[in-house]
Amino acid sequence: MIRYKSNLIILMVSRVVSPFIMLFALYVIFHGHYSAGGGFQGGTIMAASLLLMRLAAGREIAQLQFRTILGTPLGSIGVLIYFGTGFMAMLAGGEFLNYGFLPFAGFQAAELRSLGILMVEIGVGLAVMAILVAIYDDLLEGYPHD
Amino acid sequence: MKIINWLLLISFGALLVYASFGLPNRGDADAVMHREKSPAGSQGASSYYIRNAYKDANTPNMVTVILADYRGYDTLGEETVILTAGLICFLILRRKKKNSDDPI
Amino acid sequence: MTDFILGHYAYWAIIFLLVLGLYGMVFKKNLAKKLIGMTIFQVAIIMFYVASAVKWAATVPVLDPAIGAVDAAKYISPLQHCLMLTAIVVGVATSGVAFSLVISIYRRYKTLDESILLERMKSS
Repeated sequence: MIRYKSNLIILMVSRVVSPFIMLFALYVIFHGHYSAGGGFQGGTIMAASLLLMRLAAGREIAQLQFRTILGTPLGSIGVLIYFGTGFMAMLAGGEFLNYGFLPFAGFQAAELRSLGILMVEIGVGLAVMAILVAIYDDLLEGYPHD
Repeated sequence: MKIINWLLLISFGALLVYASFGLPNRGDADAVMHREKSPAGSQGASSYYIRNAYKDANTPNMVTVILADYRGYDTLGEETVILTAGLICFLILRRKKKNSDDPI
Repeated sequence: MTDFILGHYAYWAIIFLLVLGLYGMVFKKNLAKKLIGMTIFQVAIIMFYVASAVKWAATVPVLDPAIGAVDAAKYISPLQHCLMLTAIVVGVATSGVAFSLVISIYRRYKTLDESILLERMKSS
């Protein structure tokens, strides 16, 4: 089996490309109301940018970008954002996940629903990104690295 | 044993091809699934979503509205499934540092 | 007849993928190859759902102000796309669980072949 050695060209190109992939992921998440996109797709693209650095630079350097121990807590926070949005609507007098009752003043019901959809998509994107990176890290646990 | 496997495979494929003769033509806008009324007489789901998505949620992308608003419970469940899958990978594979030489 | 074939060839290609996935799951002895067959089966089901959402002479399900939302035949059906969007990501996560189980089996028994694995499980 060929052992991977750190390659300068691959490392430099990935370092340049990775932030742009992150920017595109944020665009996909936040522009999901008006074109094809949303939380699931944007979270997957964000995980792709993090995994690119993991593949190109090895595990120890990629820890500087996203630590392995952060994976599961960030996923839980994403699910809690989703659940909290629904619960906030319930506390404000509506049903669970009925975004028309979110307690923000000065909006129509339809605009409140648009805002609730945005909050939910952020939670979904965060959870998907964190969990995909965590699954990659867990699958390589105990495997000898370069 | 091999023969039973081949029989299973061929009968599965033949059953699916036979079933595909009953499907509507692909892209036919008059298929039962795309009609205004379902066979039971109630409102068809996808045409209802197309017509009312922008009015209800002020968002042009219908897929996003269905994903997060009409089917919010469904998406909450799916996200819980993803989180549970991540936790299961964590619990199966990640080991303590001390006895990492033990074969589990 | 030509209409029938042109309207159904996509379904037959998807059925070919389904049979290929089942072949991988039933005939291959290696657990990792069985998992690859399962993934092909899953992708074929997703393709079937997306293929059933198509309407000719219709556009993507994003509201276009020039068309308006009155005529439902102008947009392809958004429901199948929504369902498959979640199914793809959940499929990736569950295949991660399956691969972690395979890795765990390999660490314990040092093999992935089905018949050798059954012998070692009986003897141990």
